[in-house]
Amino acid sequence: MLFLLAVVIGVLYGSAVYLLLRRNIFKLVLGLIFLGHATNLLLFVASGLTSGYPAFLRNIAGETEMMADPLPQALILTAIVIGLGVTAFALVLVYRFYSVTKTVDLDELSENE
Amino acid sequence: MILILPIILPLLFMVILIFTRRWLFFQQAFSLLASIGLTVLAALLLKQVYIDGATTLQMGSWPAPYGITLISDLLAAIMLLTTSFVAVVVMIYSPGFIDRERQTAGYYPLVFGLLMGVNGAFLTGDIFNMYVWYEVMLTSSFVLIALGGSAEQLRGSIKYVTISFVASIFFVAAIGILYGQAGTLNMADLAYKMRTWENMPYINGALMLFFVAFSVKAALFPFFFWLPASYHTPPVAITALFAGTLTKVGIYTMFRFYSLFVVQDVLFWKIFLLVIAGLTMSVGVLMAASQFDIRKILSFHIISQVGYMVMGLAIFSTNAIAAAIYFTIHNMLSKTNTFLAGGLVYQRSGSYDLKHLGGLYKTAPFLALLFFIPAMSLAGIPPLPGFFGKFFLIKGGFEAGDYFITAVAIAVGLFTLFSMVKIWNEAYWKKAPDGETGNGKVGTSAIAATAVLAAAVVLLGIFAGPVMEISQQAAIQLADPYHYIEAVLNISSK
Repeated sequence: MLFLLAVVIGVLYGSAVYLLLRRNIFKLVLGLIFLGHATNLLLFVASGLTSGYPAFLRNIAGETEMMADPLPQALILTAIVIGLGVTAFALVLVYRFYSVTKTVDLDELSENE
Repeated sequence: MILILPIILPLLFMVILIFTRRWLFFQQAFSLLASIGLTVLAALLLKQVYIDGATTLQMGSWPAPYGITLISDLLAAIMLLTTSFVAVVVMIYSPGFIDRERQTAGYYPLVFGLLMGVNGAFLTGDIFNMYVWYEVMLTSSFVLIALGGSAEQLRGSIKYVTISFVASIFFVAAIGILYGQAGTLNMADLAYKMRTWENMPYINGALMLFFVAFSVKAALFPFFFWLPASYHTPPVAITALFAGTLTKVGIYTMFRFYSLFVVQDVLFWKIFLLVIAGLTMSVGVLMAASQFDIRKILSFHIISQVGYMVMGLAIFSTNAIAAAIYFTIHNMLSKTNTFLAGGLVYQRSGSYDLKHLGGLYKTAPFLALLFFIPAMSLAGIPPLPGFFGKFFLIKGGFEAGDYFITAVAIAVGLFTLFSMVKIWNEAYWKKAPDGETGNGKVGTSAIAATAVLAAAVVLLGIFAGPVMEISQQAAIQLADPYHYIEAVLNISSK
């Protein structure tokens, strides 16, 4: 499981960086989304995986010792919500940029810089 | 109890202002009074912390390592007071500068959203909570920088949003890795464990990720390119607010983390930060020299000046930290002031481009004076505060034996003077170019705000002694992390 997740995170980061380096700003937003997901997974894995147990105590004899750490899950939940907000804003921003300038390429406007 | 107010009150103000968006005069008056209120509150907090030492508040009465802790030591209180004061000045400035459309489109509520995030980041004692405050602050700044929606602003915003998001990603990743190794998020608890554990996990990787996240925010070398590409796009009042508050939060966090968490490979971190500081200072100032837009010159100077603060931190002797804190206060005031004065030039002449400006010394001597004071302060001319800041930093550098960085700091000071004199010569002294006899109306409140801030800069220079004394106390607290740890955890063993 750990290995699989490590591969998934790596692929997500790779794709995110690739998309961020594109000149199309819609792809840039996609890259941001990927980056957010990769990091949420990283947070999940780095703070310790416990497979097969819930993040709360069950009142079953012998199982009281085993539970997944709930804190990383709470952190990821927070990070997902924040990521959603930023993504929504970025999408609106990019759409505004497109409707004002009729282009999706940032560099096309940079001559006067 | 006083600790929660700087966070709760801006939230309350923001909600009130959102619902009264259409009443322009109410917005202006209320924002001004509210920001003055926050400044008074911050002053009271500073007084309390100065007398009693670090103050803490455990949210929801959860004991320290489990709940979220709010803590204010002297450094946090000083930063809080300076930020609130900058906000007051910008609130006086805005009615006379920002157009009516932006003002009623939610400018005032957003400023308080920004202040809530900044204050939260200063006061929190929990790293994940700090990430959340960073996001609160950034989200407000995203909207502020895009507010108005001109093509240039949108282009700047896209760059700004992207780089800020990437920095936040570094921040979260670092938190995840650190939590996996240390098992706690409370900053005092982390610092205590790092100093007492026998088998300390290797945490430099996480610290380096933190460093990247904060140095993007503070615009350190080599992560500063976003700043001059985006800061000049919104109206200058917003730029001034950002220059005075946002980048300084990155510096504050770096101070906090360096004093608490750097326990492994101390020498590596010191040299690393010294190199970064030297490069930030010199690259920033050299790039400023080739610019002709007032806002861009000043933006590059933000970068250069941040280098001085990091230099004080890297030397990490009590004197150097105290000097860096004093320098930060001076920079928040003087930098905001130069931006505001640049805005006055724009209102008067209709341009920020030095090639189209000129003759303002003759036609508007008072405006010239309002720029002259903070510019000479940034350049380090006595008796203005920039001189004392640089003097104490360089003195600290010599005392600690870090001669090379000290030499760099002195050289950069000369170049700063060059840039300031360049703006002065081009915009104020030289004859106005033909046909460019701008005679725009300058808002009274904008002039008043700039004058208030210039007076504050002069006062900071005159009362350098007492302010330096408080900075010294703050530095002593910062240099001894046990002061912080004991305040949060009630541990008294050394």
